[in-house]
Amino acid sequence: MQHYGILIDTTLCIGCYACEEACANRWGFPQSDVHELSSTKNTTVLTVNDTYVPRMCMHCEVPTCASVCPVGALQKSKEGPVTYDVSKCIGCRYCMQACPFDVPKYQWNSTNPKVTKCDMCHDRIALGGKPACVEACPAEARVFGTLEELKKIAENRFAQNPSNYFPQIYGIKEAGGTSILYLASKPFAEIGLKGNLPDHPLPSLTWAVMSKIPNYVFWGGTLLGGIYWITNRRKEVREFEAKLEQMEHENPSRRISNHEQEN
Amino acid sequence: MTLLKAHRISFWTIVFWIIMALGLTATVIRFTQGLGAATHLSDKFPWGFWIGFDVLCGVGLAAGGFVVAAAVYIFNLDYYKPILRPAVLTAFLGYVLVMVALFFDLGRPWQFWHPMVMWNPHSVMFEVFWCVMFYTTVLALEFSPLVFERFKLEKPQKVLHAIIVPLVILGVILSSLHQSSLGSLYLIVPEKVYPLWYSSNLPYLFFLTAIAVGPAMVTIESFLSSRAFKREIELPILAKLGKVTAVALSVYLVLKIEDIVNDNLWSYVFTFNLEGSLYWAEIILGAVVPIILLSYKKTSSNKKGLFYSALFVVLGFILNRMNLSVTSIEHYTGAHYFPSWMEISITLMIVAVGFAAFRMAVKYLPVFPEEKKSDEPLSKTFDVVEFIDGKHAQTAVLN
Repeated sequence: MQHYGILIDTTLCIGCYACEEACANRWGFPQSDVHELSSTKNTTVLTVNDTYVPRMCMHCEVPTCASVCPVGALQKSKEGPVTYDVSKCIGCRYCMQACPFDVPKYQWNSTNPKVTKCDMCHDRIALGGKPACVEACPAEARVFGTLEELKKIAENRFAQNPSNYFPQIYGIKEAGGTSILYLASKPFAEIGLKGNLPDHPLPSLTWAVMSKIPNYVFWGGTLLGGIYWITNRRKEVREFEAKLEQMEHENPSRRISNHEQEN
Repeated sequence: MTLLKAHRISFWTIVFWIIMALGLTATVIRFTQGLGAATHLSDKFPWGFWIGFDVLCGVGLAAGGFVVAAAVYIFNLDYYKPILRPAVLTAFLGYVLVMVALFFDLGRPWQFWHPMVMWNPHSVMFEVFWCVMFYTTVLALEFSPLVFERFKLEKPQKVLHAIIVPLVILGVILSSLHQSSLGSLYLIVPEKVYPLWYSSNLPYLFFLTAIAVGPAMVTIESFLSSRAFKREIELPILAKLGKVTAVALSVYLVLKIEDIVNDNLWSYVFTFNLEGSLYWAEIILGAVVPIILLSYKKTSSNKKGLFYSALFVVLGFILNRMNLSVTSIEHYTGAHYFPSWMEISITLMIVAVGFAAFRMAVKYLPVFPEEKKSDEPLSKTFDVVEFIDGKHAQTAVLN
């Protein structure tokens, strides 16, 4: 199945915050004028260098959060959204620590806390609908579709208005690719999008180590067992020789040392 | 003399109960009002003092258990036997306390058991969970002979004796896995960790420093318990342990230098900002100074030299873990983090409970070899016959 995604065109965003409002309604969060991601705001519109930059979970193709979650509470769904299942979550917050885009937030003041982040309105997508923020956007700054469709739309926009765009799509290769793609009029670093991410998915960094563990257990066990066998044998021989020597000492007439046996 | 002694005990008792009172107050706040009310953690700083100190340092400082167990059972170095029990006891208590600390830190601690049934083998945290759980069980078993001995249960003692070697091998494998995996936790955030502390060798660096700090902790614990329980210090054994620390730290230093060369970190090393200065403090105090102290015969075979080198290793180790988990993440997020009084007092409470549990264990269980006790005449518990031949006095213990 083709992954769905959202194309965010920062050249078209007018900063009306309709997306924030629709998102808050969908989650049942209060409306607020503080424009940053928080435990009560899963999408927001930042203003970076006079550009409106909508932000939300990037829905990575190989999500770091899903890779680090010890209980698999975060999953890449087959439709594309990265979803969170609070009934599994133990609250270790490794997802927050690990997310390359610093997206997951936490309900710090709850005694029954959840991780909060955008789920691309997974329930609506599964029923054939669109995410609430896309539906609310009056400026076509957020477009919903499969990743293939979104890339085509981006290319079309580049072709129609080449002077409006920095001719790259952010999210094609960042951290192995994301389901949220960005267009901008200038280099992405200037609108606050992280530029120092590797092109490969970050989970490969830990998998390189984790995948060696079964081998390590096998060879480590064998090696340690071998060391035990050798040192134990040496100890036995040493004790035996000591006993022998003692017997010789006690009975000088009945010499049975190795040396004489060899002769 | 007795007055002085009573004074000292009451002073530490008062300190203990103050810590407990603060810790329990903080505990109530933590569990009735949530992490936000009790800690200075935030969305920008999701892992703080409890992960950095209680878990990353706690697990490392308890590494003495597997190092000494490996020496005694796998390498058959009987020489280390007198310190085996205190080392295993410390490790066991250490791991139990790390789990207690995790109960405070986890947002949904009542679901702590989920990794047992909800698997994600890609997650380092998942692996750490399993290893810590299994290894704590192994430690409980390694520790159990003391209980069996105390209550004269011979059958379980025999069973345990029969399986102790495979058990210790399992313990060493589990330990090396999760000691290194605590470093692997940070492999996935290359762009967040300050370059001086990020390395693809993180698991190896964590493992080596655990090997170094384990014996150092055993040394410090020996010194403390020799004072508290009026025992002789096993100086020759500690001197040998010091060698283990020195070798592990030397390999560690080589790997650190390799990182500087491979990742071309020269400019970071010679930038004396906060991070650079803390890096140098950690390398010099925690590695270079102890290696020097432990390499010269003069300092590596006397009490003072051993104690201070162990102390430097432990402090350097703590600095290293805090630098990775706090200093370098602070640099990334730009947010300042310092633990709240509640975070600190809960940690202190956990440490204090550890000390108290150690004391109780020593009081009621055969942790230390009996003949080493110098304040109690042996004749109280044993029939003692003394032979005096020439200048040597030998003591034979007959039961």
